[in-house]
Amino acid sequence: MQRDGDRQKLFTRRTALLAGGKLVLLSTLVGRMYHLQVLESERYATLADENRINIRLLSPPRGRIVDRFGVPVAVNQQNHRVVLVPKDAEPIKATLDALGAIINIGEAERRRILREAGRRRSFIPITVRENLSWEEVARIEVNTPDLPGVMIDVGRSRHYPHGESIASVLGYVAAVSEEEIDGDPLLQLPGFRIGKTGIEKVYDRALRGTGGSSQVEVNAVGRVIKEIERQEGQPGTEVTLTLDMELQELASRRLAGESAAAVVLDVHTGDVLAMVSTPGFDPNAFNRGLGAEQWKALISNPRAPLVNKAVAGQYAPGSTFKMVVALAALEKGVITPASRIFCSGSLKVGKAEFHCWKRGGHGDVDLTKGITQSCDVYFYEIARRTGIDRIAAMARKFGLGQVLGVDVPGEVAGLVPTREWKQATIGGTWHLGETLIAGIGQGPILVTPLQLAVMTARIVNGGFAVEPHVTRDIVDRKGALPRDRGGFESLGVSPRHLDLVRRGTDGVVNDPLGTARRAHIAEPGFEMGGKTGTVQVRRITKAEREKGVRKNEDLPWKERDHAVFVGYAPVHAPRYAAAVVVEHGGGGSKVAAPIAHDLLLATQRRHPVQAAAVVRGGG
Amino acid sequence: MDEFGLNRSEMTLRQKVWHIHWMFVLLLCATAGIGFAMLYSAAGGNFDPWASRQMIRFSAGLAMLVAVAVIDVRLWLRYAYAIYFLALALLTAVEVGGSVGMGAQRWIDLGVITIQPSEVMKLALVLALARFFHVTRIEDVNRFVYMIPPLVMVVAPAALVLRQPDLGTALMLMMVGGAMFFVAGIRLWKFAAVGVAGLASVPVVWQFLREYQQQRVLTFFNPESDPLGAGYHIIQSKIALGSGGLFGRGFQQGTQSSLNFLPEKQTDFIFTMLAEEWGLVGGLTLLGLYLLLLVYGIAISLRCRNHFGRLVGVGVTTTFFLYVFINIAMVMGLIPIVGVPLPLISYGGTAMLVVLLGFGLLMGVYVHRDVAIGRRGVDEEP
Repeated sequence: MQRDGDRQKLFTRRTALLAGGKLVLLSTLVGRMYHLQVLESERYATLADENRINIRLLSPPRGRIVDRFGVPVAVNQQNHRVVLVPKDAEPIKATLDALGAIINIGEAERRRILREAGRRRSFIPITVRENLSWEEVARIEVNTPDLPGVMIDVGRSRHYPHGESIASVLGYVAAVSEEEIDGDPLLQLPGFRIGKTGIEKVYDRALRGTGGSSQVEVNAVGRVIKEIERQEGQPGTEVTLTLDMELQELASRRLAGESAAAVVLDVHTGDVLAMVSTPGFDPNAFNRGLGAEQWKALISNPRAPLVNKAVAGQYAPGSTFKMVVALAALEKGVITPASRIFCSGSLKVGKAEFHCWKRGGHGDVDLTKGITQSCDVYFYEIARRTGIDRIAAMARKFGLGQVLGVDVPGEVAGLVPTREWKQATIGGTWHLGETLIAGIGQGPILVTPLQLAVMTARIVNGGFAVEPHVTRDIVDRKGALPRDRGGFESLGVSPRHLDLVRRGTDGVVNDPLGTARRAHIAEPGFEMGGKTGTVQVRRITKAEREKGVRKNEDLPWKERDHAVFVGYAPVHAPRYAAAVVVEHGGGGSKVAAPIAHDLLLATQRRHPVQAAAVVRGGG
Repeated sequence: MDEFGLNRSEMTLRQKVWHIHWMFVLLLCATAGIGFAMLYSAAGGNFDPWASRQMIRFSAGLAMLVAVAVIDVRLWLRYAYAIYFLALALLTAVEVGGSVGMGAQRWIDLGVITIQPSEVMKLALVLALARFFHVTRIEDVNRFVYMIPPLVMVVAPAALVLRQPDLGTALMLMMVGGAMFFVAGIRLWKFAAVGVAGLASVPVVWQFLREYQQQRVLTFFNPESDPLGAGYHIIQSKIALGSGGLFGRGFQQGTQSSLNFLPEKQTDFIFTMLAEEWGLVGGLTLLGLYLLLLVYGIAISLRCRNHFGRLVGVGVTTTFFLYVFINIAMVMGLIPIVGVPLPLISYGGTAMLVVLLGFGLLMGVYVHRDVAIGRRGVDEEP
């Protein structure tokens, strides 16, 4: 037992040492706990919150767009979509089969869903189909027990109730592209839509609103457990257009089937009452997401449905330009209203011969007759007398050759040629013949339908530099914020001269010999004035002229003349101006003038001219 | 049949039960109670699926503890080697045809229950070493020839367990062995020699480790290098612990655990959850309970009049200590993550069984504290 005594002593000593060691180790645990839970507690508490709290952005409803009478033209629709959470929908194929028996799921869609399910984390819902009808929603809801992981989700999507007729002005919304991402966190939201063109683009910031935020508690796999705090965003601002949807629809109907554009303008305020470009496109299709084929069809269509021809279509003005030429001549003093020029059917300048549209000639022509009957020889002569630079200067005063600053994107400047312009671009000197051609609105001159309408408006409103716009004011919750609509500056053109030109255009429509006589408005008080234009697209060779010009209808579409008409009404106290361009439509009098007739008549009926509004500071 | 004087039964069963250290058992129950509360919280305020089953297991385990405690300690001495070889055989069997779970071969499925031989081995090794050092004279303990058998006893199962691969259990076996060598009187310089040899063998052991184990060790040294992958466990565990602060976030209020940022919260990481919900105070309370159990364990060992009982007491206590230390140190990021559960608290049957059986042995040692057992099993002092 002595031995066991030794053994026990040694054991006791060693066990005490071992216990001491254990105590040291346990102390390190306590020290570590103190370090983590007391010294660094705050840091870890913050980290825990970062883990747990997820801030989600709430997308505000996009502002509505309404016409001048408050008729909504762009609204937010409830978009019922069916989504599938792969985690809960196992087996996905069987669930899709069951769902496919209730709503139609295409083969391509099915492949996309399965692909997405394979790629994404299993708790992230996949959109199966959007824009479900009520009936489809009901059918899915009823069958919910057989459809695990299938849910109906309500979102908002942009809807354009008037579709094509106003698409070129409104533009459309679509998913945000990489280069559009700016500081606004809303743009990072999946499925967020941004204005891509038109009003939707110009006023995107206001329409968008500001995002709210929602703080949610999430678990380790990101599933939301509960909402902690919510901050509502600011809904988008409502935008009111100057357009009158009824007129817009009418114009759209009248231009249907053509590649054309029309603009109706208030000559005093610059309010655009209608702006149509055809063929249009379905803006709702963009929101739904366009297929590659649809997109290709839109892009490759020779009639360019995606281009707003009212501001981006460039055409030679044809005879409508004669109003500007006449004004330039009167202002320079090279003619008086009584000056007569003899039209024999052509004018020889040097070796070149310039033809009038009327082969037999107009005989003695004064200013009024020149405009009324659109005598080319008269304008060759007065253009010759005036000179191209004077004509160009006058054209610029009336809004041609420049961007007018209308709040629709895509506006182009057009072209008003001068000697300098030719020197700088084509090179060589300006020939007199080119001045003559310019005198009848042909040659390199390019104008847009909007510029034509503005030109007309500035002539008939007494020579004020009215500027066009399509939005009236932007209204948000805080009330109306009217835009600054200061009086427009005078162009410094003699009112007498303007009146003379206006009288000529009165005759164009109302004189029995006027070129647009057939399109005159018969209703008393609603009469319109105007000027036709027929723009040659192809050059007529001498040989052809001798053989007899082929009829326009016999030519291929691309080679036919553009039909142009500018008009205004009422003729004695003008309030509205209209410009109509029908690409390859033929003669301005035959094709464009009747459309302008309809538009101006309808405009006056819908917007009776008030006496007070008509009188607007003279000289 | 009188090899260890087994034919003498000094106590009746009733006396034995009476002699069980009931204060110790009470502490066990208190500790287990904390575990039930945590499992209740881990299930989001439900007894199902963990707390209820854990309670049943604990009750069964407690009954076994009492059963083991009343068995004469000399019986354990006699069958110590038999038990050891049985455990070794089972361990070899899993190596050959065990079921694969959690990426490691660890269980033997007996139909009714699944046995994890490596856990059984923890106690078997304690018994075998206790017997070896009990029968070896103090003069011989440090002799080279006498050191070979116990070394083999430790290394053989450790190597098998490492192959499974279960780094945590292998380390525990070696450390328990080391502790028993130490209290048996092996000279200190030999430990130093083994330590040096062990360090030298690190590259060899490294080869034995599976990739995920290597990854865990590497991640331990730099957890932020892979915050969503291998380092995720450690980082999230530290966040949970730290955010608990002094008094914790409240029962069932731990966001890290209730929102599942904390992995394995009901098993290996349950201490983290406790510290998150009950803070430093809760953590220290549990550590205090563990400390008391350890103190009692050591006191029982010291009080025992037979060497076998002393060694078993130290072995069991050390095993228990290692469970506690390795688990808590690992969830606090002090050591790499090795799958060691927190005894009496973590959900799981085998660890609970091992700990309660071990404490059953300890109680047996306590009950039979005054039974003197001769080196050759003969009572030298009646």
